[in-house]
Amino acid sequence: MPTHYYLVLSFVLFLIGTGGVLMRRNALIVLMGIELQLNGGNLAMLAFSRALGDEKGHVFAFLIIALAAAEAAVGLAILVGLFRGRQTVNLDEATLMKR
Amino acid sequence: MENLIFNLRLIPLMPFLGAAVLMLFGRKWKRDTVLVVAAGAILLSCFVSIDAFFAQLPAEGGLVDTLWTWIAAGDLKVDLAFRMDALSGLLCLIITFIGFLIHVYASGYMEHDPDYARFFAYLNLFCGSMLVLVLGDSLPVMFVGWEGVGLCSYLLIGFWYKENANADAGKKAFITNRIGDFGFLLGMFLIYQYTGTLKFTEVAAAAGAGSPLLTLSWLGAPVAFWACLFLFIGATGKSAQIPLYVWLPDAMAGPTPVSALIHAATMVTAGVYMVARMHAVYLLSPGALAIVAGVGALTALFAAIIGFAQNDFKKVLAYSTVSQLGFMFVGVGTANFGAGVFHLYTHAFFKAGLFLCAGSIMHAMSGSGDITIMGGLRKKTPITHAVFLVCWLAICGVPIFSGFFSKDAIVAGAFATDVYGPGLEWVGKAVGVALLLAALGTAFYMSRLYFLVFSGSETRASEEIQHHIHESPGAMTGPLVVLAIGAGLGGLIGIPGGLFGHPEWNLLAHRLESVLGPELDVPKATEGAFMAVSTVIALAGIGLAYVFYGGGYREPAKKFAAAAPKFVQLVRDKFRVDELYAFLFIRPIRFISKAIYRVIDRAIIDGTVNAVGMVTGAVGSIVRRFQSGDGQGYMAWFAIGAAALVFFATRPGLIKNDLRVTTTGLSVEVDARHGGRASQQPVEYEFDFDSDGKPEITGTSSLAHHTYARPGSYKLTITAHNLTWGTTNVEHERIEVQ
Repeated sequence: MPTHYYLVLSFVLFLIGTGGVLMRRNALIVLMGIELQLNGGNLAMLAFSRALGDEKGHVFAFLIIALAAAEAAVGLAILVGLFRGRQTVNLDEATLMKR
Repeated sequence: MENLIFNLRLIPLMPFLGAAVLMLFGRKWKRDTVLVVAAGAILLSCFVSIDAFFAQLPAEGGLVDTLWTWIAAGDLKVDLAFRMDALSGLLCLIITFIGFLIHVYASGYMEHDPDYARFFAYLNLFCGSMLVLVLGDSLPVMFVGWEGVGLCSYLLIGFWYKENANADAGKKAFITNRIGDFGFLLGMFLIYQYTGTLKFTEVAAAAGAGSPLLTLSWLGAPVAFWACLFLFIGATGKSAQIPLYVWLPDAMAGPTPVSALIHAATMVTAGVYMVARMHAVYLLSPGALAIVAGVGALTALFAAIIGFAQNDFKKVLAYSTVSQLGFMFVGVGTANFGAGVFHLYTHAFFKAGLFLCAGSIMHAMSGSGDITIMGGLRKKTPITHAVFLVCWLAICGVPIFSGFFSKDAIVAGAFATDVYGPGLEWVGKAVGVALLLAALGTAFYMSRLYFLVFSGSETRASEEIQHHIHESPGAMTGPLVVLAIGAGLGGLIGIPGGLFGHPEWNLLAHRLESVLGPELDVPKATEGAFMAVSTVIALAGIGLAYVFYGGGYREPAKKFAAAAPKFVQLVRDKFRVDELYAFLFIRPIRFISKAIYRVIDRAIIDGTVNAVGMVTGAVGSIVRRFQSGDGQGYMAWFAIGAAALVFFATRPGLIKNDLRVTTTGLSVEVDARHGGRASQQPVEYEFDFDSDGKPEITGTSSLAHHTYARPGSYKLTITAHNLTWGTTNVEHERIEVQ
């Protein structure tokens, strides 16, 4: 299959993830969006790796998966903290940065 | 230096040390300790001066003490060096000796002042600066002392700074002096420019025939004239001559010992000293000498006339000082330098004595200096009266008293001088006549002062003041008596011995010759004649004053005042020169300053600052909306920015730096992608070599060749279409072929 098929799929995944991050109110969904973005990136890495016959792309993909796991752990912890503090996970109500 | 026990540097160092110690610790010390430190410093300095003065007598050219190189810049090398010769030695003796007496006097006069230590610290600082001024071996060192005494003068005039008038008088003195100092600096620059040195001995050596000071000229006058004129402007400031004399009468706001030491005996004579020091340069320019003499004579006469109608004891003496300084400038301006310095010396004694008498009288009169309420003080303050009598006769020029010899030396010299050369011979005679009139005026106003204060049987003051009249304590009368001896007999060191066939009788003149060059040769007949004329004039002035004021205000004085009230008022208002200056200079400067304040300060500077603030505020009110605190909003902007970066980063590179154009004769090779980023996207180029809208070459290659038909200058237009994104990029380049 041509490389750009993979790339288009990766781009679509990334866009869906971005949309989730930017538009959803629920912090849990936003975290999921971030996972989608990361996986879009992963797919692009692997596609180029395959097209160029270079294994470095795989290495980076593993790195990103590990990072995504760590990010999910930290993100969920923050989420729990947020919920404990404000009894909500609605991001519209989390505007502390304005002060 | 082997004859010397101490170094010359000790002379100014002692008072400086005294001043430093007093400023640091004096406030907590007892009054006696302060006095011992202050007067002791001057006394030590006086001893070293005496020692050094006698050590230099045999040494031709004087003694020099070099401390270190002060300024070394290119060809300019200025040493911090002191020179003791007959001239600076005489000045040192005057400063330290009279300075010491005035310190002692001030211990009585300032007895009850809360700022006792500050006063003596300033006095010591002044003495140190003055000694640097006279001992300085070069113009810059002299200038340091020159500024130092100006500073001390300012500090001491405004010593009682809590009253605005005193502080204003200090500022007036300082600012007026600054105007003069500017002239001094310009003169110094000119001298350095055209002689390459600032050392007195080297300047004198360079100021001979054929010196650039003479051969080069500006505005039709040799450089020497301008240098002397600018230096003299400095002298008119420091020595209170027309037009910069206005500060000195106001300077009487300071304590009386200050008036005596700084504004009569020493500092104000610095200008005379400077002209005498620079005599070699002044001798190059008869025109400048004529100006010095003319200004001096005019000032002598003008100030004497103002002195007629002043009713404040110290104001009369202040105008008298201005007038006497005029005499000194006539002395040096007629190339009769020795006589000018001689008068400086005698004046130091009798004027210090007069001022200290004024202080003593004011002390007795409960602080009032108004001579209209005095009278009959002869019996009530006998010692002060005796001292004043001697000093009065000295300043009037009555024979044997010191002022007689020095004044006569100047007047006779003015008539005898031939320094001005063709065209200006009349100057000597003219200033001589002016001086005779000024001498008559001096005798008149000083006698008026004497008669109004001391003669008569009754005092015109209120009962309360009369009740307190008393002779001053010994600390004040002691120095007075010493000064009276100096004022009475001090002139004997300058007897015109030539008149009696014994030139060696004149102890001063031939010693000064080693510094100031040969003495002016005054014919015996002239000398004798003017001695007689001077005596007659002095007695006439005294007699006239007796008719008007003997024993108090008499009929003729009242009649005269009634006959010409407007004139009397004009003289009493000092010819309204201050008002004239206010109109001519101060008001325009105020006006300009206000205009500058309004236009430059308020409109331009403040306006710019305010505009910056307003723009920042306006931008802020827009940008503020972006800080919503909403993380998703921030991320949206981030995403837009990232997308824009990617878009611009992947555009085909066709910026100017990437173009490489090579011309060979008429043919030209263009590489549109040289060194640029290799975009993987397909690009179609159009090369229009003469910018006529019809591209010569199109295609996907970034390389293009073209050969022009004719040499000349062409404009190349390259258009690049990105087929993937559909963007178009256009660049222009000018090409010259021949």
